Amino acid sequence: MPGMRDAFLSTVDQVLDEDPRVAVVLADISAGALRDAHARHPRRVINVGIREQAMIGVAGGLALAGMRPVVHTFPTFLVERPYEQVKLDLAHQGVGAVLVSWGGSYDMATAGRTHQSPGDVALLDTIPGWTVHVPGHPDEAVALLREALPGDDTVYLRLSGQSNARPRPGPGVQVVRAGSGGVVVAVGPMLDRVLAATDGLDVTVLYAKTVRPFDGDALRAAVAATGTADIVLVEPYLAGTSVHAVGGALEEVPHRLRALGVRRDAEVRRYGDVTDHDLAHGLDEAGIAAAVKGFLGTA
Amino acid sequence: MNNGDAPPGATGYADLPRLIARMRGDEKHSGAAESTVDVLWVLYDRVLNVSPETVEDPARDRFLLSKGHGPMAYYAVLAAKGFLDPAELTDWAGSGSRLGMHPDRVLVPGVEISSGSLGHGLALGVGTVFGLRARGLTDPKVVVLTGDAELDEGSNHEAITLAGRASMAQLTAVVVDNASASLGWPGGIADRFAVEGWATRTVDGRDHEALHRAFTAPHPDRSLCVVAVVEPKEG
Repeated sequence: MPGMRDAFLSTVDQVLDEDPRVAVVLADISAGALRDAHARHPRRVINVGIREQAMIGVAGGLALAGMRPVVHTFPTFLVERPYEQVKLDLAHQGVGAVLVSWGGSYDMATAGRTHQSPGDVALLDTIPGWTVHVPGHPDEAVALLREALPGDDTVYLRLSGQSNARPRPGPGVQVVRAGSGGVVVAVGPMLDRVLAATDGLDVTVLYAKTVRPFDGDALRAAVAATGTADIVLVEPYLAGTSVHAVGGALEEVPHRLRALGVRRDAEVRRYGDVTDHDLAHGLDEAGIAAAVKGFLGTA
Repeated sequence: MNNGDAPPGATGYADLPRLIARMRGDEKHSGAAESTVDVLWVLYDRVLNVSPETVEDPARDRFLLSKGHGPMAYYAVLAAKGFLDPAELTDWAGSGSRLGMHPDRVLVPGVEISSGSLGHGLALGVGTVFGLRARGLTDPKVVVLTGDAELDEGSNHEAITLAGRASMAQLTAVVVDNASASLGWPGGIADRFAVEGWATRTVDGRDHEALHRAFTAPHPDRSLCVVAVVEPKEG
C-alpha cells in the first residue's frame, strides 16, 4: 500500500488533468515525482527551487489570479520558515490555498530537529480561518484533498509516514468505541495505538482527522453519553495544541483534561527511528496506556 | 513635467497635492508618499489598463503596491481616477475608514494587494503572472512597486530570481529609489535584476515622459525592472 505522500502525489497528478483551476507549487521537494505532470501542464506545476518565501507568495498570487494553488513540501519549510507569508499572502489577501505537508512531527527522525515540525498546527492556530486535516490513512488523505480543491479557503493537509491500518471515511469526529470511564480523543495516525493502549478499558474513543474547525458538538455529545467528563487528547504534534479548542467546546461543562503529544519541555536531540521518538514523547502504545490509566484512575 | 492632460472638470495630476493635503497630519511616512507620486500617476494615467469599472475583470492590468508605507500618493491617485471618493480621504486611518496607513485589498476596491510588511509584493506579482498565464491571459500587465530600502528583504531576491528565470514579459517591477536603504546597493539596483535576466531601465522618477517610455517600450520575453530615481530621502 502506498503511503500518504505517494497517494497525495499520484492524486494531484490526476487532478491536474481534471481541474484546470489547480496549480501545484513546489520548492524542489517532490518535484521529481511530478515531472510527468509538469511535462503535461508546464504552466500549472511550478517548482520555485529552494525558495519557500516565494513559494507561498506565488501561491497567493496564483489565487489572486483565480487559480486554486496546492503547495507542498515538508512542514518545517511549508509553515515555519515562511510563516509570515502564510499569514499575509493568503488569508490576509482574502484568498486561499491548500497547503500539503509530509513529514509530520518527526517522520524524518534521522534528520534531526531541522526537519521536525511539531509546531505547525499550533502556528496555523494563530491565523484565523484555517481548516486543518490530519488524516490517519492514505485513503483519507486522498478524500480530504479532493474535498478541499473545489473551495477557495485556506486548508492544511498534514500528511505523515505514520498511519492506521484501515481508513475511516466520512466527515466529523467519529465514535470508534463507547465506554463510561472517560473520553480519549485520537487524532489522525494516533488512532490505532490509542485503540491498542485502551484495549480492555471502559472508555470512549473518538477519532478526529479534521481538527480545525474542531468538532466541539461531537465532543460534548461523547462526554454526555460517556457520563464522565475526563478527557485525554492524543495528538501527533505539540502536546496541548488543541487544548483551547477542547476548553472552548466544554466551556459550560466541568471537566478534567490531559493532553498528550510532542513534549514541549525540551528538544529531543536524538536520531534513530520514528519509534524511538514515539518513546521519547510518550506517544508509543505503552506510554499512552500508562498516561490514560494514570489519569482516569483505571490502573 | 506633465500636468496630466486632464479634460476640463476631470481630476488631473495638478489636483494630487490637494488630495494629498486632505490626508496630511503628523503622518510620518509623508516623504515616502511623495517619492512615489509621479510613478503612480504615470502608471494610472497612461500605462495601466484598469478603471473603476474593471477592477474585477480577469483581463485587467494590475498594480501591486508592495511598499505599503506612505500610501497617501496611492490613495490620492486612486481618488483622482475615480476608484475612491475624494471625501473619503479626509478621515483616512480613522476607525471608520477603509483607508489605512497600509492599504488593505479586502477593504478598498481597486487595491490589488494588502501590504505594509515589506518584501511581499514581488512574489505575489510573480504568482499572479503564473496564474494569468495558466488561464491563457498573456496580455495583462502586472506592475509591482517596491522601494530601494524594501529590497533589503531577502524575499525580494527569491522573487527576482524566479521571475528572471520564468521570462515574464507581463511583469514590471518599479523600484522607487530615494537612496533610503541603510547599507546601500553598491553597483546600482538595476544590476541586481539584470544579472537575473530582467530588462532594466533607470530613469528620473519625476520625469513623466521618461517614466512612460520606460514602462511601455517593448521588452519581449523578459521581466522589466524600472528604477525610478528620486531625490534622496531626508534625514
